[in-house]
Amino acid sequence: MKNNRRWALFFFITPVLLWLVVMIVLPHIDLLIMSFRYETDDGQMTWSFNNYLSFFEEPIYWLTFVRTALFSILVTFLTFVIALPLAFYITKVVAPRFQGFLLVLLLLPFWVSELVRVYGWMILLRESGVINHFLLKLGLLQQPVEMLYRDTTMVLGLVYTSMLFMVVPIVSVLESLDDSLIEAAYDLGANMWSILFKIIIPHATPGIVAGSIVVFMLTLGNYLTPNLIGGKNSLWFTEQIYNQFIASFNWNQGSAFGFLLLVLSSLVVWLGLKLTRQNLKKVVQ
Amino acid sequence: MIRTLPTSNTYKRLFKLYVVLYFIFLFAPLLITCVLAFNDSQFPSLPWKGFTLDWFTANTETRVGILHDQINLDSIWVSFQVAFFVTLLATTVGTCGAFLFEQEDFRFKQMLYFLMLAPLVIPGVILGISILLFSNTLGMYFENTWNLDIELLRPSFWLVVLGQFSFIATLVTLVVSARLRKFDRTLEEAAMNLGANRLEVIWHITLKFLRPAIFGAAAVAFLMSFENFNTTLFLVGHEATLPINLYLQVRDGSTPVINSISFLLIVGTSLIALANLYFSRRAE
Repeated sequence: MKNNRRWALFFFITPVLLWLVVMIVLPHIDLLIMSFRYETDDGQMTWSFNNYLSFFEEPIYWLTFVRTALFSILVTFLTFVIALPLAFYITKVVAPRFQGFLLVLLLLPFWVSELVRVYGWMILLRESGVINHFLLKLGLLQQPVEMLYRDTTMVLGLVYTSMLFMVVPIVSVLESLDDSLIEAAYDLGANMWSILFKIIIPHATPGIVAGSIVVFMLTLGNYLTPNLIGGKNSLWFTEQIYNQFIASFNWNQGSAFGFLLLVLSSLVVWLGLKLTRQNLKKVVQ
Repeated sequence: MIRTLPTSNTYKRLFKLYVVLYFIFLFAPLLITCVLAFNDSQFPSLPWKGFTLDWFTANTETRVGILHDQINLDSIWVSFQVAFFVTLLATTVGTCGAFLFEQEDFRFKQMLYFLMLAPLVIPGVILGISILLFSNTLGMYFENTWNLDIELLRPSFWLVVLGQFSFIATLVTLVVSARLRKFDRTLEEAAMNLGANRLEVIWHITLKFLRPAIFGAAAVAFLMSFENFNTTLFLVGHEATLPINLYLQVRDGSTPVINSISFLLIVGTSLIALANLYFSRRAE
């Protein structure tokens, strides 16, 4: 019996260890090592901080980094603001028989490839696009306006892409919120805002944190949306990484950038969990 | 406020309007993409010039529909193959992971569990470059030490499969674990008392119980792999997957063929997603 158990443990742990060590741990150690390697003028590889130094010396690099971080925070916040009333409507306001239907409707678009969704926005918003077509027809515009390749458009695209990951966790925490708490507050004369800030948001915090972490991380690591609708001067840090790897073929510099992005995203996840006293295990479930 | 409380009509109407606007925002890009796949025009834009199936079936000088567009058809086929292998690998390893974390006890379990969650917080781009770097390091090592040139370690089909597998397996582990947690372990004990060994118990009892979750996870894995872009971007060799191929076309200008492919993708993924939902509801 004892022998049997050990055998089972061995059977399950082998593929999992192989997966995690070979595909996750070792590649990231390699990333860290590569980021500290630097090619000197005579073509020798040495250990050095140069890749990190050039990040701080070139304003374009760290400005893009800060820009990406700030925009990701903005996107996370906007996603939350849009998602909360929606989640509240689905769980508490709409007649229960429509609930399932609305949820399915909400999830459906996110199964479609991100590329198709971004492409849809491109057709809608570009100079010869559908929205311009209608605005011209209605006489609201004399000249078509290029709506793509702006920061606002990029934020719109990023919010659109991340909505699901905010709505779903908030819906699931709001489902566990007892209606009678709201009723009691109402009977005692609380207005809408104090119910929102004293009952709904505190109760929904675990879901909000989970959603925010995922949205922030996905936005930070997004490449398609900033690249396709953000335009040339709306640089995103992942584009810098891509340029170093594929265009300049400077893998060491790229690794340093990659590592910095990884540190930033882990830091924010960690901070988010610490500030709200959650742990990752609970948030995932 | 909520269903049971009296609210003003304005509040109700405004709230409804908000939700309706949101759903318009949600579906507008997808609907317009689908509609313009059938527009009889050289460009994916309005005005509407009449209904046509050219962008699916035509094969003329000026119009090549998706059914005759060899490059796009090839990339669809590549994506299918990638998704198939990723699903197979991720479902197998993820199910092992679920058993490992739910039913086994060992030292450093907590640590390994957090490591398993790590792919959730690693941006896909980073995962892509680190796997690219590592495979390159390994490849160099084999070449310098044993003079071996290993195809697998260069950006290629199999590297894409491995790269996508590395984070999709986490998802499968979580989905299957959630189901395994609901499993009544006295059933296992009963089977063991009746003389079954652990392998038999897992095969005949636990896996039967897990089947809906495993199929559900496999469907999700397939879709995630099929649409993955970030990680694939760095690992892809000369066999482009569909998202990579579409990206290159969208970046360099567009024809309604992209709309027709998008239409097929939207219909296909919606069907898989709805079927998955239907079966998982029924299982509960």
